[in-house]
Amino acid sequence: MTALVLAPHGTSPADRLKDAAAVAFIALLLGIPMIGLLTVDQGGALRVATRWPTLFAFVAICFTGRLILRLAIDRLRAAKQARERSDVELAAADRTASPWLTWIGWAALGVALALPMVFSENRYVVDTATTVLIYVMLGWGLNVVVGLAGLLDLGYVAFYAVGAYTYGLLSTQFGWGFWQALPVAGAIAASFGILLGWPTLRLRGDYLAIVTLGFGEIIRIILVNWTELSGGPNGIASIARPSFFGLPFKPPGDEATFASFFGLEYSTNHRIVFLYYLILALALLTNLFVSRMRTLPIGRAWEAIREDEIACKAMGINARNVKLSAFAIGAMLGGFAGVFFAARQGFISPESFTFNESAIILAIVVLGGMGSQLGVVLASLVLVLLPELGRDFAEYRMLLFGAAMILIMVWKPGGILSHREPTLRYRANGGRR
Amino acid sequence: MALALQQLINGLTLGAVYGLIAIGYTMVYGIIGMINFAHGDIYMVSAFIAVTVFTLLAGFGISSVPLSLLVVLLVAVFFTSIYGWTVERMAYRPLRGSTRLAPLISAIGMSIFLQNMVQLTQGARVKPVAPVLVGGIDLLSVDGFTVRLAYSQILIVFVTVALMAGFTWLITKTSFGRQQRSCEQDRTMTALLGINVDRTISLTFMLGAALAAVAGMMVTVYYGVVDFFIGFVAGIKAFTAAVLGGIGSLPGAMLGGLLIGLIEAFWAAYLSAEYKDVATFTILILVLMFRPSGLLGRPEVEKV
Repeated sequence: MTALVLAPHGTSPADRLKDAAAVAFIALLLGIPMIGLLTVDQGGALRVATRWPTLFAFVAICFTGRLILRLAIDRLRAAKQARERSDVELAAADRTASPWLTWIGWAALGVALALPMVFSENRYVVDTATTVLIYVMLGWGLNVVVGLAGLLDLGYVAFYAVGAYTYGLLSTQFGWGFWQALPVAGAIAASFGILLGWPTLRLRGDYLAIVTLGFGEIIRIILVNWTELSGGPNGIASIARPSFFGLPFKPPGDEATFASFFGLEYSTNHRIVFLYYLILALALLTNLFVSRMRTLPIGRAWEAIREDEIACKAMGINARNVKLSAFAIGAMLGGFAGVFFAARQGFISPESFTFNESAIILAIVVLGGMGSQLGVVLASLVLVLLPELGRDFAEYRMLLFGAAMILIMVWKPGGILSHREPTLRYRANGGRR
Repeated sequence: MALALQQLINGLTLGAVYGLIAIGYTMVYGIIGMINFAHGDIYMVSAFIAVTVFTLLAGFGISSVPLSLLVVLLVAVFFTSIYGWTVERMAYRPLRGSTRLAPLISAIGMSIFLQNMVQLTQGARVKPVAPVLVGGIDLLSVDGFTVRLAYSQILIVFVTVALMAGFTWLITKTSFGRQQRSCEQDRTMTALLGINVDRTISLTFMLGAALAAVAGMMVTVYYGVVDFFIGFVAGIKAFTAAVLGGIGSLPGAMLGGLLIGLIEAFWAAYLSAEYKDVATFTILILVLMFRPSGLLGRPEVEKV
């Protein structure tokens, strides 16, 4: 089959040049209306400006890039074929998850635990790390839906929004605390998941993707327009910050505060560090929860449904309930992350819950390798830290996102760290891995 | 009454545009069974090309309206088809025969990429175009409310009807149409019969992009403003139209487009303008729940 798909191409220098020239020609045609020409607004009327040098640079880059890419691909392919011929038996050994991944996981945990102690005076580092962990938690939540159960959810941010707004409203209207609101918000987000999933989960993958996208937009539009409930575009402000078992992080006053109780000098860093450990704990709980779920029958059913739904139905698995449970658990985890987000920011508005946010979370799951817990961490690190590294880079962030999503899909349709291996494997001697 | 008539006209115009975009979704879904998520953004790219060419023509001092419309149409269709071809070649062809999710995710990536590319190269601001086709016919006037049929609306409906007729002929009567329908049924068998499947799929993408280009050019004429975000919402609505009409069915796409356009126009006029997008998405969910094969589609048989 592969032989049919991969059209043979010439390897002589002339063929390579011809191929690169064709690519350059297409690039030129694509570039003329978008790069070569540009409309500029001048006092209300448009005027056309030109950027021919940029266009020619773009075409030249495409030409040389194509040449180099073709050469590299041919080299790699030849090397791979040689390797495949020599060691067929290695393929079997390759199957087991490599142990160094587990070690990286433990090392990452160690770094995460030590980070606020090392950077205790550097608020920026701890803040950024907290953002990374929010995305890690969202990624793990969505991983249940997309990576394990194979349901493409493009509206995941809706559950994040439901969690955030639930806490925002409970806190500002009824004076609830973080810990009281957390389970309630999780339950409400999960019921939203069931509400959406119940009618739609019998749909095939791509239909489901569009429906979830529509649902995400519905939630956002409602949040923008239902001013009485959500405050509309202005959002909800002055949401209560979480307290340390009832001890608030405040300057010393009449009541007992965190600093006064432990006899410390008051510092705003206490809250930052506390929030960091809070999200770390939530994320680790999520990870533990999900990895335990994966070994339960329900978790194995998720992966089975992902691989072959018809076979699952034939085996007597209730496909709808299995999918619904994945959807509800994913939604609940998203809701938890939303509560934390609202508590950390103290202010939420529909701006934070756009489709782009869904796309970022999805990109984290997909780029990391669908189903891989460690992959999510790596992808969150990359996607959150890269824009932080340079300000100029920020406007190219989404562009590179898009390009990376395409490239990684084309290169490795399963994601970077994905084995697409079942969590449990039947062994003839009765052992369990 | 007068308001209803006006909304009927507006709704049909809007619906014609959705229908044209929806055909692109439906054809691609028919032939390779994937949702071309980037199709809405192809439409957006074409609208930007139309803006550029309109401005260029105005700069050259060409004032003949039919001539400039024709030139813009041809240029936009040409460049947009190349975009359609490239998108298929880069993001979808390598993933043919892969899992179902892989091409969809790369399509989302492509959509994000195109949106941000246009935002970076052409600017994030709304582009106002000098009106090309002004004026209209006043149909009737009731209590100071005048029902107006703009020339641009006549143009949109006329072009859409002509394109639909031409397209139906292309698919049902020509050799390319037969190849295309045969690819929809069985790609391997089609290839065995000596038909270049890759080329047929590429051509399908180019045709879909060309129709989106017509829609993009006409929307530029009709609304007079374009920004990099129009593709997202228009794409979702056109997809809803394709699903409503029955995905894979050409008349269904047109019918679905008209229905979505009408629902949106009347919803905005009589219920609430803020929630008109919610109406579209709710219809999408309801259709998928109760009639997943759409109004004119055939139910899909799942084979093992």
